[in-house]
Amino acid sequence: MSLYCRFKGSLGQFELDAEIELPESGVSVLFGPSGCGKTSLLRCLAGLNRLEGQFDINGESWQSDEYFLPVHKRPVGYVFQEASLFPHLSVRANLLFGHKRVKKTQNANGYISFDRLIELLSLGPLLERSVVRLSGGERQRIAIARALLTNPRLLLMDEPLSALDSHNKAEIIRYLERLQRELTIPIVYVTHSHEEVSRLADYVVVMDAGKTVAAGEVNAIFSRLDLPIQHDEIAGSVLNGVVAEADPQWGLVRIEVTGESIWSRDTGLQPGDHVRVRVLARDVSIALNPLVGSSILNCLRAQITEIKDDAAHSIALVQIKISNADGEQYIVARLSRRSISQLDLQVGKKIWAQIKSVAVM
Amino acid sequence: MLDAILLTLKLASVTTVILLLLGIPLAWWLSRSGSWWSEVVSTLVALPLVLPPTVLGFYLLILLSPTSAPGQMIESLIGFRLPFTFAGLVVGSVVYSMPFVVQPIRNAFDAMGERPMEVAATLRASPLNAFFNVAIPLASSGILTGTVLGFAHTVGEFGVVLMIGGNIPGETQVLSIAIYDYVETMNWEMAHLLSLMMLVFSFLVILIMNLSEKKLRKRLA
Repeated sequence: MSLYCRFKGSLGQFELDAEIELPESGVSVLFGPSGCGKTSLLRCLAGLNRLEGQFDINGESWQSDEYFLPVHKRPVGYVFQEASLFPHLSVRANLLFGHKRVKKTQNANGYISFDRLIELLSLGPLLERSVVRLSGGERQRIAIARALLTNPRLLLMDEPLSALDSHNKAEIIRYLERLQRELTIPIVYVTHSHEEVSRLADYVVVMDAGKTVAAGEVNAIFSRLDLPIQHDEIAGSVLNGVVAEADPQWGLVRIEVTGESIWSRDTGLQPGDHVRVRVLARDVSIALNPLVGSSILNCLRAQITEIKDDAAHSIALVQIKISNADGEQYIVARLSRRSISQLDLQVGKKIWAQIKSVAVM
Repeated sequence: MLDAILLTLKLASVTTVILLLLGIPLAWWLSRSGSWWSEVVSTLVALPLVLPPTVLGFYLLILLSPTSAPGQMIESLIGFRLPFTFAGLVVGSVVYSMPFVVQPIRNAFDAMGERPMEVAATLRASPLNAFFNVAIPLASSGILTGTVLGFAHTVGEFGVVLMIGGNIPGETQVLSIAIYDYVETMNWEMAHLLSLMMLVFSFLVILIMNLSEKKLRKRLA
């Protein structure tokens, strides 16, 4: 853990009281409903909001009780919700705005060159254009490149996809995944979208009403039953898997998830690809025996690890575990309370989990 | 006549330069400061919009006159008396035209919002650097409007000039005063000529301002 911060104070009507530790690499997502304080927290990390607190990154202090490093002296890249390009500058001048203000000595670690970044984000054809007539996706790509060209040691992204239509969103997500593979710096990403968090997050911090509620690995967080996120209609678990084989006859691929097989529609995946599989809690049902004569493809051996009777929502949430020698992963099933009672489901019981549909990320 | 024209242009140019140097930082402060007394300052700046120029000129005359304490202080500081000199005219014009420069620039800064300066800061620009490289260019249409209005308004002033400048040819006799003088002495021909020149000048200034502002806005839209 090499990024630690705590902030406490009010911003207008709003109280923020958060303390987090984040891993030194990968994508950490601040996740929660609108107005929960995730953007305020991100702005505190950048120094755009100033609250009392502390912020250390890789053993260096950016803020403490006596010290506050101003925004323009922090080696951060910040991508805002709207691209916020400078309209009086060309695309190239926008990209170079921060780049030329960075001391060359700061170019050391994790540096991606201008040319490489232009290539990664396909910005070549846009360089000499004015920023006025660009699509939302193009604008956001430029904003991302502009932030990265300052050679930041921390990249902060505030719902960078929320102002985009679904087509542009999908495009930017692909670019982000590409970047994720090249970047060695930590990324802190704010979103309220289940899809974005399942696709991009390595580590998740769940926030609610200005406080951090939970933090951990993606699979662990999204299979916890005590978090308010489970009440979302589209709540679900995220599993890590590897593509094992393709079945061209039926256009399917088999994905291995800690020893169990999940079949999914083949979208051009190659054996050996690491993928994320998202399983909605409402798409999981539980049987005491493996089902025969069912159209459902995916039936996994699992064990019940936790049951939460949620009378307020007249449902029960069941956490189940699939495991092998490599480790274990958890899935959440949303069942009726009557089923729990009729099947006599209890913690420790071995069951079969049927999954009606999965989404490969 | 040529004297009056040159003097007018000189007065308007000097006044506009001073107004920009004072007005841009002032407009920025008014736009960003949340304090209640910035509104008091804003009201003071706007006063010449409603006060009769003679009232303004009267107070300035009293304030700058050698019989008043501030007037004596200024005189001992700069070594000469301000009333009925060109420098005195500049002081009066700066006060009189201030709202026409500050208001459009402040509006442009307001319209810009906080975001561009935040972006600039995350891109390592210091506040001063961001002010010159982001805030000023983004407010350029407001600054242009302020410049033109400040210049044109100074060319057209009469009451303040008469009160603190008087009517000294080559020193304080600007165009508007010269026209008044010609009318008083029934020199209709010269009055016609100068008035027509003022009319054409004013029309052209405002037309050019409108056209270039439109162009600027289009570029930044």
